[in-house]
Amino acid sequence: MIRIEQIRKSFGDVEVLKGLDFTFEKGKTNLIIGKSGAGKTVLLKLLVGLLTPTSGKIWYDNVNFTELDHEAVRKIRMDVGMLFQGSALFDSMTVEENIRFPMDMFTKKTEKEKKDRVNYCLEIVNLEGVNDKYPSETSGGMQKRVGIARAIVLEPKYLFCDEPNSGLDPTTSIVIDGLIASITKENNITTVINTHDMNSVMEIGENIVLLNEGKIGWQGSKEEVLKSESDLLHDFIFASPFLQKLKDHVI
Amino acid sequence: MISKIFSDFGKFILWLPKVFSRPENFKMYWKEISRQMNDIGIGSFIIVFLIAIFIGAVTAIQFAYQMGGTLIPRYYIGYIVRDMTIIEMAPTISCLVLSGKVGSNIAAEIGGMRQKEHIDAMEIMGVNTSSYLVMPKIIAALIVIPLLVCVAAIVSIIGAYIASVPTGMFSSAEFVQGLRSWFEGYNVFIMFVKSIVFAFILTSVSCYQGYFVKGGSIELGKASTQAVVSGNILILIADYVIALVLTV
Repeated sequence: MIRIEQIRKSFGDVEVLKGLDFTFEKGKTNLIIGKSGAGKTVLLKLLVGLLTPTSGKIWYDNVNFTELDHEAVRKIRMDVGMLFQGSALFDSMTVEENIRFPMDMFTKKTEKEKKDRVNYCLEIVNLEGVNDKYPSETSGGMQKRVGIARAIVLEPKYLFCDEPNSGLDPTTSIVIDGLIASITKENNITTVINTHDMNSVMEIGENIVLLNEGKIGWQGSKEEVLKSESDLLHDFIFASPFLQKLKDHVI
Repeated sequence: MISKIFSDFGKFILWLPKVFSRPENFKMYWKEISRQMNDIGIGSFIIVFLIAIFIGAVTAIQFAYQMGGTLIPRYYIGYIVRDMTIIEMAPTISCLVLSGKVGSNIAAEIGGMRQKEHIDAMEIMGVNTSSYLVMPKIIAALIVIPLLVCVAAIVSIIGAYIASVPTGMFSSAEFVQGLRSWFEGYNVFIMFVKSIVFAFILTSVSCYQGYFVKGGSIELGKASTQAVVSGNILILIADYVIALVLTV
């Protein structure tokens, strides 16, 4: 579980996040949604410690992440996996080398154990047999799946995904969403996804927070989306005329 | 401009303890050091070899020209070429060239990693990126560049021999006599001090420029250029300081 308390973040005179309180629950897919510029990426970067908040607290279970020194932050990060928007795979390494990099760096597993773990992670993301390919030899969807495999290789307690579906076709997006949701359930981890993909919201959004101009505009689950009377949520979710018609038809 | 220089210098100094902190995994660091030694050393061998041979050749020919018609014995040319190469030409010119080749490459590599979120990805894994991406490069350079400079000094003297003896400017015996006259081991020490200091400057400055790059491809290009320019200026300043400290 990750809890944020009165999180504020400013860049110069511009306050991007204006005192957020929210709990990202364990064993659930927690979604951060909102328009471009709402502060989603800033919030995700604060959660993983790539940025520090101007004020407020971030709790990883019972540990106040914002008060930890550099060394303690690095220890917590051993329990963190992250899927980046652009996958952030190391170009000069093969798929296998990318996935085993965290193991090489932080574990004393034998070569066989590492190999088995890599193959297991690739199996989870349905990518067997691509061990020796370089990232440039794989498609965008495959790169995302390799990114997921790398993120889960050390069996993290917390998984962060920054726009996991950006640049992917709807079918592949559904596959990626399904993978993230099943990994979350099977491993009972806290997953935080930053997205503006409405399919994701309706498919895997168990705990959703809508950011609007640096504040929480709405929070709830996918089941509550259609029932909600929040104009802010509806303007965001059913932004296109097609979705408006669909909503009118469904509701 | 002045405030930026001081601000960068302060940031650089504060960054160094992170760079030289204890590695998470010595084996991984050693693997990276080996890779960097290959990239910097083997990858730069041909350019250093070519430059060294021509530096030696031109030095010999021009000194022969300047001494023509004077009473100075001709074997002095061997002596001058040897000492000039060892004290100044091999370490300084080689490192200026390496600053251009290796320095820009390092800045572009690390800056590219910053832009493609590779550095963020490593940080989130718990890797101390300042250390993992920078320390191996510096250590590799500190090992390999003095060796390259040593090779450059030898090749340069061979270049001087090839350029002058077969063309009849002076005899082989005269050249060798010059090479063997008044040899000071201390000059070789100066050469190694210079090459170690220059190696540190050219790699650390380039790593700094790449690591803290912000923005897009234009900024990356600027950082790469800045790495070479700053590296070269600092090498020349260090050259002066070392000369002052070690020879005066």
